[in-house]
Amino acid sequence: MSKLEETLRSAFGESATQIEGQQPSSIAAFLVPRERFAEAAKALKKEYALLAAEWATDETLLGKGFGIYACYRKESEYLIVKTSAPADDPTFPSLTKKFVPAYRFERQISSLMGVTAIGHPDQRPWIKHEDWPEDAWPLRKSFDASKSLPRVPGEYRWIRAEGEGVYEIPVGPVHAGIIEPGHFRFQAVGEDIINLEEKLGYVHKGIEKRFEAFSWHEASRLAARTSGDTTVAHSLAYSQAVEALTGCIPPDRALWLRALFLERERIANHLGDLGAICNDVAFAILLYQFMRLKEMFLRTNLKLFGHRFMMDRIVPGGTTFDIDADGVTTILSELDWLEKEFERLVVIYDENSSVEDRVRDTGILKSEKARELCVVGFVARASGLNLDCRIHHPFPPYDRINVSIPILVSGDVHARAWVRVEEVRDSMRIIREILKTLPDGEIAASVGSPMPDRAGFAAVEGWRGEVIYWVQSGLKGEINRCMVRDPSSVNWLGLEQCIHGNIVPDFPLCNKSFNQSYSGHDL
Amino acid sequence: MIRILGQIFRTGIVTEPLPPVTDPEIEKIGVELGKIIKRHFRRSLAIRQVDAGSCNACELEIHAINNPIYNCERFGIHFTASPRFADMLLVTGPVSHNMEIALRRTYNATPPPKLVVAVGDCACTGGIFGESYASLGGIEKVIPVDARIPGCPPTPTALLQGILKAVGR
Repeated sequence: MSKLEETLRSAFGESATQIEGQQPSSIAAFLVPRERFAEAAKALKKEYALLAAEWATDETLLGKGFGIYACYRKESEYLIVKTSAPADDPTFPSLTKKFVPAYRFERQISSLMGVTAIGHPDQRPWIKHEDWPEDAWPLRKSFDASKSLPRVPGEYRWIRAEGEGVYEIPVGPVHAGIIEPGHFRFQAVGEDIINLEEKLGYVHKGIEKRFEAFSWHEASRLAARTSGDTTVAHSLAYSQAVEALTGCIPPDRALWLRALFLERERIANHLGDLGAICNDVAFAILLYQFMRLKEMFLRTNLKLFGHRFMMDRIVPGGTTFDIDADGVTTILSELDWLEKEFERLVVIYDENSSVEDRVRDTGILKSEKARELCVVGFVARASGLNLDCRIHHPFPPYDRINVSIPILVSGDVHARAWVRVEEVRDSMRIIREILKTLPDGEIAASVGSPMPDRAGFAAVEGWRGEVIYWVQSGLKGEINRCMVRDPSSVNWLGLEQCIHGNIVPDFPLCNKSFNQSYSGHDL
Repeated sequence: MIRILGQIFRTGIVTEPLPPVTDPEIEKIGVELGKIIKRHFRRSLAIRQVDAGSCNACELEIHAINNPIYNCERFGIHFTASPRFADMLLVTGPVSHNMEIALRRTYNATPPPKLVVAVGDCACTGGIFGESYASLGGIEKVIPVDARIPGCPPTPTALLQGILKAVGR
């Protein structure tokens, strides 16, 4: 029995019952009484678990009320704790006082599902903007998603700061650069930022609701477009969740090809980010140099896999593209070239004192804070948290690949950049290992239909961090719910917290060092 | 410093067409584009990009036309931080309900004559997100569109071609 499971059982005894039909069976799921939902969080927090996700489901079509789920993680274990609320009393006890990321998860649950967290300190809606009708809860089954929303008058209550010399800078949603929309509001004194408040949700496209209108197969295209820069990881997490649900085992070759795509996505994005970070400290040469490497890398994707970002290359059951001997040679020689070029640029980055002056000690996210916020991915690893699903929850083929991850403790912009440098190096090594091992055989298996009222879970380490999908089948085996947890859902909180005391002109730099997804967060 | 200089000279000019990635198409589009931009826009086409709800893949490719290989600046194309200076709006994504007002405001802030180019399948038709409570569909549902660049996402070459088509009208 896993540690988390043991903790829950010893705290709850008979009143925590195991949920049947939750796949894969390695992920334990328990139902607890509603009034003791927060108690479970308390017990698990004592066991040093982190909160990975929290979400709600409308299970009225399954003859139940609302389901509220919290997913905890500790080292290699995940544990799902569920409680339910009757349709006429859609409330549950808030976990926010135990786990900070629940702050946004629960605002999202109450905004989009209309299930309220009792005891939550902030009742403002999230993602649901102020001009939505209050009773528009799109994730409820009774909501007609095809109709457009009317606008009602409303105002967002911003956190205010008062005092002599305090002023406010509103930024966005349309930003100066070529990036996604979101609103940031700073309160500053002189150059120093005293508070930053994010308001997101601008690119909310109703993705989670839309999943429910699609077949399992069609939906993989939607998963691939949840966050365009993380298309591979999202497709993979969705596919794994569906495979867990249906008991499909993809062929070995497909598993290794998926890892190849995933590592290539990691390298491409890290190259782009390193360039962009340098650009934000006005070191343009490295922007253009890194962009050059990225472009060449993307062209190889196009040549070998038919798409620059490898969109729709992973589907439930396997992959849609294979690689031949020529392709392997192309990648190997590209890696030799890339390694040489990359290392030269890294030396230039590392030796430049004016870059160092800007990136060191800027935007520090301390270890304790990172833990409190339960951040994931390179943001966590730059702040001393040893977290990576490829190691701690090794989905195949990572159970057979030796992954080494960099852990830095300074938590500043430099640390987040340097984690990327080390990860590019390791991903290049992993790709070589994959190509050496790549087993022969088919690249896709057929996927059966899921049984009614089952759930599948998957967690995948994308380039930004852990991507979680949780899918639930309805009575006819259709998609009843597809929960998406992009790493950005938790990491955006990290940006808000790391900025205090920094100067306004360093915000773009800090933001770039996080480079979180708006689309993946807003859904 | 010596390393930086070394890197600059070692890299040389990578802007295409140069081996090893010869793509004569880019140059051809560029020459035509350059002529038109010279004539109509006094050598400079200022573009404001607006993400009205995209998944960010289109943004990555718009970034790519700024890289040294496509180097759109050599044709007089540059991206501006404000719609007030823009000749063209490059709009991506289906228009999300939450971005509709911001998109309208950006459009109104752009001085005429303004060209609007819808970039990507979602901007052209709503794409996979279609029309729903959260997505209004293609860009033309909200503001007038002059040209469309389909693709999911369109490649950098397709983007340059599309911009040419739009300014050549």
